[in-house]
Amino acid sequence: MKHIFGKRTILAGAAVALAFSLAACSSDGASESDAASVASPEFADGTTMADIASAGSITIGTKFDQPGFGLLNPSSNEPEGFDVEIGKMIAGQLGIAPENITWVESVSANREPFIQEGKVDLVVATYTINDDRKKVISFAGPYYQAGQDIMVAKGNPLGITGPDDLAGKNVCSVEGSTPAENIRTNYPEAQLTLFDVYSKCAEALKNGQVDAVTTDNVILLGIIFQDPESFEMVNNPFTEEPYGIGVQLEDTDFRSFINDSLEQSFADGSWASAWDSTAGAFVATPQPPAVNRY
Amino acid sequence: MSTQTVLFDELGPRGKKLVRIGTYIGALLVAILIALAGLQLYNEGQLEPERWEILINPDSGVPQGLTRALFATLRVALIAMVISMILGTLLSAGRLSEHRWVRIPTTFIVQFFRGIPLLLLIFFSYLALPRLGISLDLFWTLIVGLTAYNMAVLGEIFRAGILSIDKGQSEAAYAIGMRKSQVMVFVLVPQAVRRMLPAIVSQLVTLLKDTSLGFVIGYFELLRQGRAYVDYFGAKFGLQIYVAVALFYILTNLALSSFARWLEKRSRSNPKATKALGQLVEDDLVPID
Amino acid sequence: MNAIVENLDLFRSGFLTTLGISLLGGLLAFVLGGILATFRVSPFRPLSGLSVLYVETVRNTPLTVVWFFMVFGLPLVGLGIGSFFIAGALALGVYTAPFVAEVIRSGINSVSLGQAEAARSIGLTFSQSLRLVVLPQALRTVVPPLGNLWIALVKNSSIGAAFAVTEITAVATRLSNGFPGAVIQIFVGAAVAYLLITLTSSAGIAYLEKKAVILR
Repeated sequence: MKHIFGKRTILAGAAVALAFSLAACSSDGASESDAASVASPEFADGTTMADIASAGSITIGTKFDQPGFGLLNPSSNEPEGFDVEIGKMIAGQLGIAPENITWVESVSANREPFIQEGKVDLVVATYTINDDRKKVISFAGPYYQAGQDIMVAKGNPLGITGPDDLAGKNVCSVEGSTPAENIRTNYPEAQLTLFDVYSKCAEALKNGQVDAVTTDNVILLGIIFQDPESFEMVNNPFTEEPYGIGVQLEDTDFRSFINDSLEQSFADGSWASAWDSTAGAFVATPQPPAVNRY
Repeated sequence: MSTQTVLFDELGPRGKKLVRIGTYIGALLVAILIALAGLQLYNEGQLEPERWEILINPDSGVPQGLTRALFATLRVALIAMVISMILGTLLSAGRLSEHRWVRIPTTFIVQFFRGIPLLLLIFFSYLALPRLGISLDLFWTLIVGLTAYNMAVLGEIFRAGILSIDKGQSEAAYAIGMRKSQVMVFVLVPQAVRRMLPAIVSQLVTLLKDTSLGFVIGYFELLRQGRAYVDYFGAKFGLQIYVAVALFYILTNLALSSFARWLEKRSRSNPKATKALGQLVEDDLVPID
Repeated sequence: MNAIVENLDLFRSGFLTTLGISLLGGLLAFVLGGILATFRVSPFRPLSGLSVLYVETVRNTPLTVVWFFMVFGLPLVGLGIGSFFIAGALALGVYTAPFVAEVIRSGINSVSLGQAEAARSIGLTFSQSLRLVVLPQALRTVVPPLGNLWIALVKNSSIGAAFAVTEITAVATRLSNGFPGAVIQIFVGAAVAYLLITLTSSAGIAYLEKKAVILR
């Protein structure tokens, strides 16, 4: 007499059922942990998360010269700031302790190349999400909503209240940056002075060599915080700059994972405390944005 | 006696008096200018001791960090120098080759790398190499950029050195049956290097200054480290930190330049070396940038 | 190629800026270098001492640091300059002047002693001997090294990209950000722009050298 399911089939079926239930158990275990470093999270084979977790180390690109977000402490040789804390939080979700994170300086120009070449696993560096960039890399987040704004000398001697007032004035930004491009395209009457870093713009404003500095408001606030007697903010953001986390194009698994981690941090307060301990020194804690799972 | 000392007569008593008065007035003028500048700085608060304190106070980490960065600078410069010397020797040999298929490409390489700015070379090593599939860290990217430029300059220095060696040397070497490559390696290049040593050390000084271009790709040499401190502590300390950076460069380079000058004086006693050096100065390969 | 073709205007303005700042800086370097050389040989000690101090300090400092002080240090002593272009030309001039001074000095020394002695013995004064006898002959020796200094200056103008001067390198930076796929073409374009100036100058110097030899 022939059985409908042979012995081998039953054993195979039992093995598969066992594997499924084990997987379900362990992923349940992972999602119950908090924002702190997870002991040993399990990820599906072949995903970026699995590769990173098994390697035990992660390379994160961030800025080294933005106070409050990514600023290198030259003595400890480690960056500090909100972006850095977000990076540490995501690494923690992958089971990687802060000591095992390699930080790479990612200036604006090489955020995409670094991701594309795999020089970094992810980039969290005051990185604005926009459609052009989405063509070459993918974004998780946003994790913060900034806006382009203008910084002027204390007392605002020229009475600048918004980007339209920049016509005929000398405004400083960084060569190749989005804020510079924005001014060039939308406010062409403004005279652009372009250095390679924002600290030179601040120096120039202080000496009266330029009339204003423009970039994302949080970057400006960081500069003002270091020297509040010399600068002030116009406080009229005229663009929306959602900061996202850059990963390789089409890596949907990794993106979802990061988005999940972000939403969790919004909910359990770790996002807010990361802010308080860094940029919170000069900007009040805002509300977390909604992640965009495009 | 040089031309410049022959051009005016020995001064008489009146002349000497005038010179002495002129000297005092001149010194006074210089002192007044410095005082004015100092006063301006003082009014801007730049001379406040708390601003300068971070340079000396080890708690701030600034002296240690700058020293560390100085060593990073020296490391890059020395390694780039060694690699450039090896490649430069090859390039000079190439340019002196009898084979056109060697001579023309090497001449092209030398003229190309000497004709474009080092900043451009470094910046584009950084951007273009990864696209060509070569992935290097900052240290080696900077070395690639510096080496590409310096091997061309050193190649020319070696070439002048080799050309300045008495024809008799190579003739004798050929006469005892050496092949061209052996003549180069055993007879010409060693003598050329010894003769060109002052020029080579001068080029090392230039190379050291050129490492400051590493800031553009974020390599933490002296200038970049200084900027990191200004970013971290605030623009308030800008002047002070950059003065410290400048001092580090000046002192290091002065030491190297003095060494180069000492080497030059030693070779002055050797007339052949002087002639070769003279030729180099005329072609202005003794580095000037 | 699109990156370059679409932005030829930008390349052109960058090229002209490079040329402009180099010419202005070169002029300043020449004048300042001449003054420094004169100070160096003068009997007044403060002047020659000042000249030596200047030469030794600036020669051993990287151009990036000198440029930084010209742009951000001068305003602190009340000597702020309105235009970053002029500040850049000043930096280039101030930096290259010591090398010019040294070249002029060796040029003067290379004129055979007999010339200066003969000039003095027929009664010419210091300035007359210099002007009529020594300098014209020194010029011949001085042209090739000065020409090479000019080429070095043109290359050094690239530092302006970090100090608000939109010259060739700055244009190349901006375009590399805008067209990340065309980095190699942009690099070649910028290299060609510089080589246009440097190779032409090399040819010009070689020509001047030949002419000077014939004059002798």
